[in-house]
Amino acid sequence: MNLPRRVSSLLHGRTAVIGAPYLWLLAFFLLPFLILVKYSVSEMEAVQPKDLVQFKDGLLQLTIKLSNYVFITQDDLYFKTYLASLKYAAATTFFCLLIGYPFAYFMARAKATIQPALLMLVMLPFWTSFLLRVYAWKGLLSADGWVADVVIGMGLDQMLAALGVISTPGNLMNTPFSLVLGMTYTYLPFMILPLYGNLSKMDLRLLEAALDLGATPWTAFWTVTVPLSKAGIIAGSMLVFIPCVGEFVIPELLGGPETLMTGRVMWDEFFSNNDWPLASTLAVVMILLIIVPLALFNKYQAEAQERRT
Amino acid sequence: MAASGADAFLRIEGLTKEFDGYKAVNNVSIDIAKGEIFALLGSSGCGKSTLLRMLAGFEEPTSGRIVLDGQDLAHVPPYKVPINMMFQSYALFPHLTVWDNIAFGLRREGMPAAGIEERVEAMLKLVQLTKFAKRKPHQLSGGQQQRVALARSLAKRPQLLLLDEPLGALDKKLREETQIELVNIIEQVGVTCVMVTHDQEEAMTMASRIAVMSEGRFLQVGAPADIYETPATRFVADFIGNVNLMDGTLDVDAEAHCEVSCADVRHYIGHGITGTRGMAVTVALRPEKIKLTREAPAQTAHNAVRGTIREMSYFGSFTVFQLVLASGAKLKVSQANTDRHPEDPLTWGDEAWARWDAWSQVVLTQ
Amino acid sequence: MSGAIFNRWFGRGWLAAGFAFLYLPIVALVLYSFNDSPIPNVWRGFTLKWYVALASDSEMLAGFWLSLKIAFFTACGSVVLGTLAAFALVKYKRFTGRTLFAGMVNAPLVMPEVVVGLSLLLMLVSVQRAIGFPERGMLTIWLGHLLLGVAYATVVVQARLHDLNPQLEEAAQDLGARPHQVFWLVTLPMIAQSLASAWLLTFTLSLDDVVLSAFLSGPGATTMPLVIFSRARLGLNPSVNAVATLIVFVVAIGVVAASYLIARAERRRQQEMAAAFRAPSPDPSSNAKEEPTP
Repeated sequence: MNLPRRVSSLLHGRTAVIGAPYLWLLAFFLLPFLILVKYSVSEMEAVQPKDLVQFKDGLLQLTIKLSNYVFITQDDLYFKTYLASLKYAAATTFFCLLIGYPFAYFMARAKATIQPALLMLVMLPFWTSFLLRVYAWKGLLSADGWVADVVIGMGLDQMLAALGVISTPGNLMNTPFSLVLGMTYTYLPFMILPLYGNLSKMDLRLLEAALDLGATPWTAFWTVTVPLSKAGIIAGSMLVFIPCVGEFVIPELLGGPETLMTGRVMWDEFFSNNDWPLASTLAVVMILLIIVPLALFNKYQAEAQERRT
Repeated sequence: MAASGADAFLRIEGLTKEFDGYKAVNNVSIDIAKGEIFALLGSSGCGKSTLLRMLAGFEEPTSGRIVLDGQDLAHVPPYKVPINMMFQSYALFPHLTVWDNIAFGLRREGMPAAGIEERVEAMLKLVQLTKFAKRKPHQLSGGQQQRVALARSLAKRPQLLLLDEPLGALDKKLREETQIELVNIIEQVGVTCVMVTHDQEEAMTMASRIAVMSEGRFLQVGAPADIYETPATRFVADFIGNVNLMDGTLDVDAEAHCEVSCADVRHYIGHGITGTRGMAVTVALRPEKIKLTREAPAQTAHNAVRGTIREMSYFGSFTVFQLVLASGAKLKVSQANTDRHPEDPLTWGDEAWARWDAWSQVVLTQ
Repeated sequence: MSGAIFNRWFGRGWLAAGFAFLYLPIVALVLYSFNDSPIPNVWRGFTLKWYVALASDSEMLAGFWLSLKIAFFTACGSVVLGTLAAFALVKYKRFTGRTLFAGMVNAPLVMPEVVVGLSLLLMLVSVQRAIGFPERGMLTIWLGHLLLGVAYATVVVQARLHDLNPQLEEAAQDLGARPHQVFWLVTLPMIAQSLASAWLLTFTLSLDDVVLSAFLSGPGATTMPLVIFSRARLGLNPSVNAVATLIVFVVAIGVVAASYLIARAERRRQQEMAAAFRAPSPDPSSNAKEEPTP
C-alpha cells in the first residue's frame, strides 16, 4: 500500500511513542507473567525447570505438571490462607470505607481555601515511608505502647477478645486486630483520595434541587450524594482490596500465626523452601482470585479516561 | 458572481471527508477569488468546521483536491502549507509573551532576527497592540487576545487566512465594532479569507460571498443579498433571517407573472417561473416586506390577507407581529417603528390586514 | 438550623480524629527516637545517642546511598517511559492492542507486589541463565521499581495531558512547527509540572519499596528499606526510630514546600490557561451550556 508521504511520517513518530512503552511492558510485565505460569506447571530439574515441550526419539512431548495446583486444593493450609487473605482484605476495605468516606466527605465540604492544606496533610503520611509507619504501630500496640495502654486501660481488650479478634486480653500484637488495624491505617489514603476527588467535583446544585423537592439532608445524602460517588467508592475499594490480598509486609510485622496470608506463604515457599514452582502456583492462583476486581478496576480506569475526552 | 476557473485563487474540487461511513463533507466544489472573504455558514454538524480543518491541513480529505494558487495541498501537513488559521479559542501560547506568540511562526520559518523584529512590530502596529508586546495572554482582555490571535495568524503573510467563528462570545456592541475592524484589517492586508460561522449576521456583514451548508453539502452560494432575497430552497429561506413559508398550488403560469393559491391567500407574483400548472410550490415572503393596516387595502383578491394579532414582540427599532389567519396558520410581520408616537397603534387581539406587492415573494420548488 | 451546626462540628470532629489517627504513629516514632532506653516503649530520658550511632551505622548508610541511587534512576526512567505511555494513550485513540496496553499500564498500580516481584525475578533468572546477564543487584532492583514507577508516572502525566487544549498544539503546527518541535516548544512547557510531580512520586515510591527490592536484590545490594525491615522483624529498635525521624523531617519540609509551590504555580497556570482561551461561542442549534467569559 503506497501511503501518502505525510501519513507514513506520522506513523514513524507514532510507532516510536507507542512502541517504546509497549515493548517495555511486554518484556517486563507480560513476559514475566507468562514465565510465572510456566514455572507453576514445570517439573524442576535441579535448579532449572524442565522444558515444557520436548522432542525426543521422534516424539513431541508436552509436559504440564498440574500436581502443584492439585496439591494446593488438597492441602487445607492453602485454601484457608486464600480465604483468610480475602477475608482480611475485605475487612480492611470495609473499615477504610467506614472511616474514609466521612473523612473525604467533610474534606470536600470544608472551606475551599483550606482544602489544599487538608489534602496536603493527608498526603504527607503517604510520602513518609509506609514501612516505618507500620513499624511504629508495632511500638504502639506492644506492651506499654500508647495505644495498647489506652485500649487495655479502657477494658476494650476484653471486648476484642470476646469478638475473637485477639486471642488473649492484654496482648494486642500479632493478632487479627493488629493486622487489620495496620492495613486500614496504611491504605486509608488510597481510599480517601479517589473519594475526595469524586466528592469535591460533585455539583452541589444537585443537592439543592433535592432539598427543594422535599428531601431532608439525610435523605439527600443517601439518595443523591452516595449514588453519585459510586465511581469514587469503586475506585477506592479496588485500590485497597486488590493490593491487600497479596500484602506481605504488614502481616509480617503486625500479623501472627493465625493471620497467615497468601503473601507470606508465597514468600516462605520461595525464600525458605526454595520451591519456586509452588510459589509460582500460589502466585497464579492469587492472580486468579483478584482477576475479577482487577478487570473491574481496569474498566473503571478506561471509563474514567473516556469521560474526560 | 463565482470566480472563473482561470483566475480562481483557491479551487476546491469534489472534496469529501468520510468518518466511518458517515460523510461529514460530501463532494464540495467551489472556486474562490483572490482577496475574497468567503463564509461557510451552517449550524453545528453541517460540516463547515471539517471543511475548514481540511483546508488548514488538520484533516486529510477522503477524496478531492484543494488547489491553492496552482498547488495541490490536500495531503500536505499543516506546518507546510502557506495557510494560517485564527482558532476559535485563540489558542495563544500561555507561556509566551504577545511578542513571542506573534514571532512563533516566523521563527519556525528560520527568518533572521532582524526580519522577525520588523515583521512583529508591523503586526503589532496593525492591530494596535504595540504597548502590550511584553505582556502574557492572561494579562490581556478578551478583545486584546483576539487581536493577538489575528496578528499571529497574519504574521507569516499567508496566502489564505482561515477564521474559525471569529466573533462568538462577544456582546452585541463589541461584536459590531470588531466586525468592522476585522474586515478592515483583512482588506488592508489583502489576504484571501475563508471563515466559518453559525451566525448569519456575522456571515452577512463580513463576507463578500456566503455558502450555506447542511449535511456536508453546499445548498446555495452567493452574495449575502442574493442569499437573503433569492433563496434557492426552503431550507435556505428558513435558515437565513425570518420568513413566512406558505405551501400552495401553482394556478397560473404565464410569461410575465404567475399565481399561486394557498390556504388563506392568493399570491400574484410579478415574474414567471419554470414549472407546470398544478404543481406544488412554496411561497417565501419575508416579514419586513409586509405592510400591516387596520383598514382593508384597495384590493383584497391578491397579496392580501386578514388576521388577528396573537403575538407582538417589541424590539425598539421594529416590532414583530404574529397574525393568526382564517385557517389557523400564522403570519409573521415586521414593522419598522418610524413613528415615535403612533396614533391608534395595533395591539393584541386587533384585527388587521396584511398586504405586500407582487415582487416581494420568492417561489420555491425545493 | 441545629442540623447544620451539628453537621459542621461532627465533620470537624471526624476530620480531627482522622488526622490524629494518621499522625499518631509518626508522632510516636519521633518521640521515642529521643528515648534514652533500649526498650523503646519505656521512657527513661532524653538523648541523641541513637542519632550519633547512625553516623557509624555502615549497614544503614550503605543502604541509604544505594536506595538514593536506585530511586534517582527509577524516577528518571519512570518519567520518560510514563510520558511516552501517557502520550500513546491520550493521543492515539486507536491502535492494535490498545486495550492490552492500557491494562498492562494500569495493572502494576494494584497488583500485589509479591506477584510482580516473583514473576519479574523468574524472568530475569531465565535471561541470566541464557545470556549470563543481568546479575541480581542494583540493576534488577531498578528494573522492578521502574515497572511500578512507570504505572504511577503514566497516571499523573495522563491526567495533565487530558486537560491540555489540543488547539494549542494545532496552532503551533499551523504556524509551521513540525511535530517534534510542537512537543518541545509547546507541549513540554505545559506538562512540565506534572513531570516534576511524577518524578517526585516515583522517587519516593522507589525509596520506600520493600517487597520488589527483596525479590530482586542480590549480594551486596541491600536497600535501606530492607535493612529497616530485617531489623523491624526482629523487634523494636531505636536506631530505626532515629532514621524514621530524619526521614519524616525531610519529607515534611519537602512536601510542605512542594505543596505551597505547586499550589501557587497551579493557580497561576489556571489563570493563564483560562485567559489564553476564550469561552466557546454559543451555537444556537446545540445544547451546550454557555460559560461566562473569563
